[in-house]
Formats: sequence, C-alpha cells, structure tokens
Amino acid sequence: MAEDIKVIVFKLGSEEYGIEVDKVQTIERMMPITRVPKTYSFIKGVINLRGVVIPVINLRGRFGIEEADHTDQTRVIIVNVNEMEVGFIVDSANDVIDLNRDSIDTPPEVVGGIKAKYLDGVAKIGEDRLLIMLNLSEVLNKSEIVQLESLEG
Amino acid sequence: MDMNQYLSMFIDESNDHLQSLNESMMGLEANPEDISIVQVIFRSAHTLKGMAATMGFEDLASLTHQMENVLDLVRNNKLRMQDFIFDTLFKSLDALESMVQDITAGGEGKADVAAIVSALQAIVRGEIPAAGGAAAAAPAAEASSDLQITLDEFQYSVLEQSLQEGHQVLYIDVAIRKDCQLKAVRAYMVFDLLERSGEVVKSFPSVQDIEQEKFDYGFSLYYITQKGADEMKSMIMNVSEIDNVTAVALDQESLAQMALEAAATAEAPAPVQTAPAAAPETSPAAPAAREESAAKAAPTRTGSAPSRTIRVDIERLDVLMNLFSELLIDRVRLEQLASEVQNSDLTETVEHMGRVSGDLQNIVMKLRMVPVDTVFNRFPRMVRDLAKSLDKKIDLIVTGAETELDRTVIDEIGDPLVHLLRNAVDHGVESIQDRVATGKPETGTVNLRAFHSGNHVFIEIEDDGAGIKPEKILQSAIKKGIITQEQASGYSDDEAIQLLFAPGFSTAEVISDVSGRGVGLDVVKSKITSLGGNVVVYSTPGKGTNFSVQLPLTLSIIAAMLVKIGPEKYAIPLSSIVETGIVKQTQIRTIHGSKMIEFRNSHIPLLSLSRFYSIPDFDESTEEETEIIVIRKGERMAALAVQDFIGQNEIVIKNLGKYLPEVQGISGATILGDGQVALIIDPNAFIK
Repeated sequence: MAEDIKVIVFKLGSEEYGIEVDKVQTIERMMPITRVPKTYSFIKGVINLRGVVIPVINLRGRFGIEEADHTDQTRVIIVNVNEMEVGFIVDSANDVIDLNRDSIDTPPEVVGGIKAKYLDGVAKIGEDRLLIMLNLSEVLNKSEIVQLESLEG
Repeated sequence: MDMNQYLSMFIDESNDHLQSLNESMMGLEANPEDISIVQVIFRSAHTLKGMAATMGFEDLASLTHQMENVLDLVRNNKLRMQDFIFDTLFKSLDALESMVQDITAGGEGKADVAAIVSALQAIVRGEIPAAGGAAAAAPAAEASSDLQITLDEFQYSVLEQSLQEGHQVLYIDVAIRKDCQLKAVRAYMVFDLLERSGEVVKSFPSVQDIEQEKFDYGFSLYYITQKGADEMKSMIMNVSEIDNVTAVALDQESLAQMALEAAATAEAPAPVQTAPAAAPETSPAAPAAREESAAKAAPTRTGSAPSRTIRVDIERLDVLMNLFSELLIDRVRLEQLASEVQNSDLTETVEHMGRVSGDLQNIVMKLRMVPVDTVFNRFPRMVRDLAKSLDKKIDLIVTGAETELDRTVIDEIGDPLVHLLRNAVDHGVESIQDRVATGKPETGTVNLRAFHSGNHVFIEIEDDGAGIKPEKILQSAIKKGIITQEQASGYSDDEAIQLLFAPGFSTAEVISDVSGRGVGLDVVKSKITSLGGNVVVYSTPGKGTNFSVQLPLTLSIIAAMLVKIGPEKYAIPLSSIVETGIVKQTQIRTIHGSKMIEFRNSHIPLLSLSRFYSIPDFDESTEEETEIIVIRKGERMAALAVQDFIGQNEIVIKNLGKYLPEVQGISGATILGDGQVALIIDPNAFIK
C-alpha cells in the first residue's frame, strides 16, 4: 500500500495540475510584479514577498499555453525546490486533496500540449477528473530551457 | 545524547580558543620566559581538549592532550621554550584548525597527525633535535640531585609571616625505602598526614610530579604547623615503608639562610646541566623572569575582561532585516492613511512610530557591523610564518582593529588583504643583509591600519622596505607588452606605480614559496572594485610602500540615485555616478552610428537605457531634452539616458533569488518604500 500525499491543485485553462504540498511555501494573491529585462520570456518579473525578492514564472508561458488576463482568481504559488524560491502564476488555486501514490500513472507522451518531461504522472480522481502532477525540477531546469530555445531559434 | 545541537557552539568556541592559542603563542614567542602566558595557553588548550572529548572528537582531544603535556612541562619550568617546540606547537595548532574546519564542513575531525604527535612526545621525553641542544630541554629535575628547594618571593614571605605569627616552620626531608612498591602512594599518605595538621608551602619535586611518581626515593618540603619538629617526625615515621625523616624547625635567620643557599645551589649547577651550545643565561634569567611574570600576571588578567556579547546567526539577522523592511513599508502606508483620515491623534501616533522605527533601523544596521579584528586576527600568525620561511625579521603592527565593517564586506575582504600582506612581506621588506647594508634596522616593520573616513573604511598596508622603482615597473610593463615604449615615456612616476595592478603584471623575478601562485595584484584590484572599493599604492624608493584600500562601510546598504524610465523605476549606485545633467537633442552627435555627447572636452557615448532594457512607453529620442547620468568605470565614462530623476536614497540591496543569479546589466534589486521592487542597474555592464 503506497502512502498518501497531499497535493495542491491549481488550474491553467481547463487543465488541473498538482504540486506536492511540501514543496509549496505559500499561495499569494496577485501582487505588483517588477519586470526584469533581458531574461527568459516566461519570467514575468520579481515580487517582494515579505522582504524577499522572488522571481515569478508565468506558467502558461512556460508550457506554451496562450496567456490570459489576470483575474480575482489568479494566484502566485511560491514553491521551494533545490533551495530555489520561485513563484508560479496560475489561473486559480483552491483545493488540497489527498492522493494515493498508486493512483498516479506514468505520463502519456503528450498531455494538453505540455511536453511529457515536465510531468511526474497523471492521477485520476473520481470518475472523470484528471490531475497532472508536475515535475518541478524539470519545470525549473534552466539548462534545458536554453537548449530548447537554441533548437527553436 | 544528541550532540548536534551543541555542534555550532562547539565550532564557534573552538575557533575562539584556537585564535587565542595562536595569539598567545605569538606573544610567548616574543617573550619566551613569561610563564603567565604559558598558563593562559595551557588553560585554553585544556578547555579545548575537554570540549572535544565531550563532543566525541577523539583525534582532536588526543592531539590537544599531547600539547598539554608539553605545556605542562613548560609551565613547571622543566622545559624551556625554543624554536623547535614553537614550530611543533604551531604545527599542532594548524592541525587542530584543519580538524575543526573538517568538523565545520560536516566531517568527523579526523586527521593524520602521527608526525606531530610523535614530535610532541619526543619533546616531553626531552628529545629535541639539534639546534637547541638536547640537554637544555632535559627536565631540570634529573640534573639537580641535591634536594634543595628554591622559594619564590611569595612563598618566602608566607613562611616569614607564619614565623612572626608564632607558627612553626619546618623543613622536612622524607626518604622512602628503595624497595617500596608504590612510592607515590606512600608520598600521598605523608602529604595527607601533613595536611591534617598544617600546610605544605612548597615541596620538591612538585606535588603533581610526586603524584605521578616523577621522583626518586625522597622529597623535601617547607611546612607550616603548630606541632613540634620531633612530633611531626615520629608521625611521618609511622607511615610504613618510610626509610628516614629529618625535620628541622626554622627560625627567621635559618630560613633566610636556607633560602639563600637554595638559590645559590640552584644557580651553581646550571651551567653544568645545560649543554655548552645552549644559552648560558638559562638559570640566571629564570628567577628574574619569574618575578617579571608574577608582576605581569596581574594586569593581564584584569585587562582581558570578558566581552559581554552573544552570538547571533547571520541568517537570523537577515530575517530581522526583511521583517524590518516590511514594517517600514507598512509605516509608509499608515502615513498615507493618516494623512487621508486627518485625525491628529492618529497622525501623532504614526509620526512617533516613524521615529521609533527609524531608530530601530539604525540598530538593525549596526548589528551587522563586525570589527575588522575578525579578519586581522589571523595575520600576525601568517606574517610570522612567512617571515620565518623567507628568513626575514618582521614586526607586524596592527592598529584600528576595532574599526567596524559590514559583515558582507568582512567576508570578502580577507583574501585581497592576505595577498597584499604577502606582497609586503615578500617583495616589500628586504632581506636582513640588504637592510643592514642600507643602514636600516634588521627587523622590518609592516603596518596594518584600519580607520574610518566619511562613509568609507580605509585599510592600509605599509612596509618600510625598499619601495618600488617606477623605471623598473615601466621596463617590465613594456617587456610584457602591457604598454608600448611610446606610452611609457608619457607616464608619471605615480602612474607607473599604478601599473602594478595591470592584468598580467607581476614584479616577482623569482617565483618564491610566497608569491608566484598565478594570482596577481590585478585580481586584488578587481575584487576590491567589485566590493565598491578602490585600492591605490604609494611608494617612496628606499623608504617603503603603502597599499591603501578604500572600502564602503556596508555592501547591503548603498546610496543610490532612483530614476524613472517609462513606467519603471531603477536604482543606480551613487558610487559610480560622476554627475547628472541634461542634454539637448541638438547636442547629441552621431559618430560611427553611435550616439555621443560632449562632456568636459571629450566625447563620451550616450546609451539608451530604454532600448537596452526594452522599456515600453518611453523613448528619449522623442524628447527635446534628455536627462542623463554620467557614470564611470575606472578612467572610462559614459552617459545613460533616463526620463526623470526621482532622487537620492539609501537602498537595501537584495539579490534576485537563486533562480535568477545573473541578469545582464542588473546587479540586484531593492524594495522601495511602497513595497515595490526596483532593479539596481549595474553600470559596469555599460562600459566595456
């Protein structure tokens, strides 16, 4: 019997994504962002989170999903991976669920247009709810970004 | 028991002890007869040993234990300090230091110290290689077969006083039977007995030695009691396996007589017991030194009152700073609200809170200030070792060690200073022969000074060596292709000397142990510049050289000019701004496709920040007049076009987070009063 994990659920467009709760530091409402020039296009800028300057990533931009306007529901999820603090801008985040590791399947080749390497797996909740578990260290992997860009460019 | 929670405390305290051991050893080296310093060293080593043993670092504990054995002999006047012992003890300290470093890095503090340990053990056994002469170090106890006791002044006056007060003073000689199995036990029984009815003032050999069976079959002592000599004698004889006891009651006259004789006999055999090669002043010097040390002991002890401080993790201070900037932001909001509400009570309260938080801010900033002492304290040892390996005599004089700098600067400044000091010792101060030949004292002087001046701290390293010859530098620079022959003719002496900092320049003709590590002064210069400081060198041939390092008080708070460009705000460090101004569109010329303006009779490039940073909604080329900020990097200058000046401000530097370690043209970020983040422009990025 595999262990249960707690997962923060957030939305990008119509898809639901999950991040393990112990990687999440806080979830903040949208706040003023200072643009940082000369960096990756998906980096929206930096925010002041209680005196600490933290870069925020536009997760839609990171996954190549069309950008959307910020609404009341827009949230910044601050994650802490490999001692890096980074904020993710997501459309909404309002659920925490318990998930059994067994219910996470290995990712199919393409899900919602996101490259499979960003995914840890896909979990099926209830009848027809699919939760995409993110592989945070891949999402934050910068060397791979540089590679992608040079290939495309 | 889990010791991990004590580990950081252990490391801190070990480092403190090692530092004080190093300092005391240096002090002892300068004044080898001062037993009071040995006491300090012994105590420090003993504490360190105890701590290490408690924490389970056996190697550390056992090495300190071996050191203690040597020190114990020294403090009991059985071993004279000499070069070999100093070197071995210094080596032990180095080994201890690397062990503690290993522990700091998460290791177990293990190290191969077999060589040092055996050297220490050899010293304890009295085997000291050549130089000092073996016999000199042999414990004095072996040599003096005559069981005479030398009394020091204090003990003498105690005995004298006891006599005046009507007590008996006895001189007792005890001989234990040669076939006695446990002579230390017998001796202990005698002492036990004696202490029940009086007080032993001085014994020979010392009580410690007797306890460790370090004596022949007899010992003698001065004893104060109410009982008679015969009574004591028979009491002692009652202890079994005692061969013979003589107890003599002394009056003032015979006491004085005995003390005199003892001193004479102690002095007389001295030249015999020391090897001919060893210093003949051994014994005559000893009593004098002892008196001296007794006199000195008191003031040093009162002088070093423990400082009333606590240790705080630097990370906690950072957290405090962050929380504090939050508070400041709230304050600004409150002030805004108060001005809207127009309630005088509220306004007053908010104003008061503003003042209190201002004071608090000052204190929080000050908490981060650390005396440069923390960097300087390792230098005396380093200079000593260097001077020794180069066969030079050098006095390092440190002044202003209490000058405070921000922790972040302190952390960075160590290496450049080490380099400059090495330079002074290696290249600056001449060899002993050269110094004598030019009529200078044998011992060279290196001054290490720190002092405040305005918003900066200066650290100077000055030697009284041969100085730098500008011609020689020019020649060398031409040879290395740094400058051309024609350029050289235009250089003033002062400019020539500054060439020392040019990349690829090193005057060392011979690569020695000290220099020639592939790091030149250019690295020192760039390091100091990166800290927002500057370094210059002054030199007078024949008189010496002075390297002067200028440093900002703090790295985390800088003065900056806030500017507005389109919708965005940026901060430019004041230290790289030459001046601000306005240029008319007509004054901007285009040369080779790049924009230039005239500035003080020369043309400097005008750079567009809005274009470089792709800032939306602003283009200075559409404006009649453009605000500019002239920045400089070394000799070169450039002008940056901005939209508006907001004003000068003290800003707290933050980094952009680990995910964005480096962004072109940006050196960090700061949080403005309204909670917004403003980026700090890196002016160096604009001048190649």
